Amino acid sequence: MTGESNLKRILESAGFAVTAELGPPKGADRHVIENGAKLLGDWVDAINITDNQTAVTRMSSLSACAIVKSMGLDPVLQITARDRNALAIQSDILGASALGIRNVLCLTGDHISMGNHPKSKGVHDIDSIQMVQMVRKMRDEGVFLSGDRITGEKPAVFIGAAENPLAPPPEFRVVRLGKKANAGADFIQTQVIFDVERFRVFMAQVRERKLHEKLAILPGVMPVKSAKVMNYMNTKVPGVRVPDELIQRMQASPDAKAEGVTICVQLIQALKEIEGVRGVHIMAVQWEEVVPEIVERACVRKKQPVGKFA
Amino acid sequence: MPEVGQENFEPRLVAFCCHYCAFAAADLAGVLRLKYPSNVRIIRLPCTGKLDALYLLKAFEVGVDGVMVAGCLEGSCHFISGNLRAKKRVQATQELLKRIGIEQERLEFFNLSSAQGNRFAQIAHEMTLRVRALGPLHHAALAANPAAVAKGSG
Amino acid sequence: MIVADQKPLEEILQMLASYKRVLVLGCQSCVAVCMAGGEKEVGIMASAIRLARRQQGRDVEIVEGAAKRQCDDEFNEPFAGTIEKQEAVLSLACGVGVNKLSERFALPILPALNTRFFGEVERQGVWTEVCAGCGQCILHLTGGICPIARCAKNLLNGPCGGVRDDGTCEVKPDLQCAWILIYNRLQQLNRLDYLAEIMPAKDWSADRAGGGPRKRVREDMML
Repeated sequence: MTGESNLKRILESAGFAVTAELGPPKGADRHVIENGAKLLGDWVDAINITDNQTAVTRMSSLSACAIVKSMGLDPVLQITARDRNALAIQSDILGASALGIRNVLCLTGDHISMGNHPKSKGVHDIDSIQMVQMVRKMRDEGVFLSGDRITGEKPAVFIGAAENPLAPPPEFRVVRLGKKANAGADFIQTQVIFDVERFRVFMAQVRERKLHEKLAILPGVMPVKSAKVMNYMNTKVPGVRVPDELIQRMQASPDAKAEGVTICVQLIQALKEIEGVRGVHIMAVQWEEVVPEIVERACVRKKQPVGKFA
Repeated sequence: MPEVGQENFEPRLVAFCCHYCAFAAADLAGVLRLKYPSNVRIIRLPCTGKLDALYLLKAFEVGVDGVMVAGCLEGSCHFISGNLRAKKRVQATQELLKRIGIEQERLEFFNLSSAQGNRFAQIAHEMTLRVRALGPLHHAALAANPAAVAKGSG
Repeated sequence: MIVADQKPLEEILQMLASYKRVLVLGCQSCVAVCMAGGEKEVGIMASAIRLARRQQGRDVEIVEGAAKRQCDDEFNEPFAGTIEKQEAVLSLACGVGVNKLSERFALPILPALNTRFFGEVERQGVWTEVCAGCGQCILHLTGGICPIARCAKNLLNGPCGGVRDDGTCEVKPDLQCAWILIYNRLQQLNRLDYLAEIMPAKDWSADRAGGGPRKRVREDMML
């Protein structure tokens, strides 16, 4: 599997892709990545490694991706424009490709003031759309952002971007998705979706512009442990809306964790039926151990026939 | 703390008074022959909205021990909101006094109406007691360097 | 205008601790308008310093003044005689004034202000940053609202996912998302088509961040 992106292979063969997020540790222990990757490895097609998520310093995404890759799995290198300028991003893309990392997710990143180094300086040399465009030109045209030519091998990466479909302004989100498609994104992983009906409206706009033919869209889902967390997501996280019915279910359930898993399974099943949805991206945020159960119960992917980590 | 006998110390006070209320109230206090400390010097402003942080600092610089600013009751300013602005300026100057190293209690804002001659006398009395308890303004300086204070400045 | 804030008095007193003869010099342009370093602020500052030093029992002789524009030698020259008699100058100008005086005079020129940003008067007492002086203006494409100055992430291709439902930014609850403002403005101008185009990566070489200190030369205006 050194040669190509597993995620790309699944999507190009019209399969339903399952990706999951894994956050690197706030320390130098590689076992954290190995254990997380073992947990997810047999159940997902690719593992996203976050890049200093929520602007908190952690083990670098590139190093954690290299560990995941060395285990024979397919990592997705997340890169934020917050921490790196165009030079650093391009050198990381070359390095990632050399390590056999075949997927990148181009992100703006949470603002630096929200994390554990609020007095540091955010970079923001380029934005996420410009990053997609830059990586696409490196891969397809063999040129850097400056126009200088890449020497020898070009980076072979499958290019992803994010979208927050339900954030304002509602009419513009699909336009922005179109810009990402034009910039050269191959796949999109969205912010967490709880409100399937509203996401359905967004996908109708996507199909109207035929963007689903240019991009593989993987809506994000999240298993939630309590009504409190769900409420937090609903009120505090931009673009995340949770229907009252789901919050009530969490409140009423005697076993909120089990209910959270069930809701996640049902969301995946509902999202899968929407035309243009090509997979799902599970963000378990330090609750990775439930991902196998979610994938199995949602019937979206079987365990690897010969489990690497059985 | 100062050697000055505080019970005998007669603080010098300045009252910045709005023409329409506090100034008239002070006048009324006089007409009613109410007793209030004779060491309160009144400066009339057309409205407390005319107040400036510099007036307050200059008063302290020239050797006043306490400053009161008296404007109309809230909602009764002849210029609608002059008294509200003055109140905010006094608060900002109290902050500055703290940074300078002067007790902010030496500066206070009061609201009263022109009919409150009694209240004016009472405020002047209260402020005198408060500042007397704090002692003379430049006591710290006096202790450290009597010559510097005697020379004064400003 | 250039918007500045006064430093805390404690910090200023610390800077002045070893000096006994000081000129407090204001500037009558931008910082006077934003009420940080004009003639009035010079008066208050000088008075505060005198009172504080008197409280400490350490007298100080202060001269007060305000130049028309401290960023220009021409307007500082009338103070040259006074300045040369001092031990230090406390400048209430923006950082440009402090630099300018330091180039001209041999004594310490101390900053009384923190220079903040290019701002507009939002309302009396409130100043807001709206231009970043990046050296390459794109306001004609963004409805006159600058995403470099007003988007915390310098985005050029529309709002990120951190916009709240009420149109505020994830960074600060009272900060309007620049891209929502741009969207609404372009809608009003009937130019939403601008937003469908990908705006290329910015040329930062025109900006302080990329190109280092900048200079403008007009040969035809030189004497």
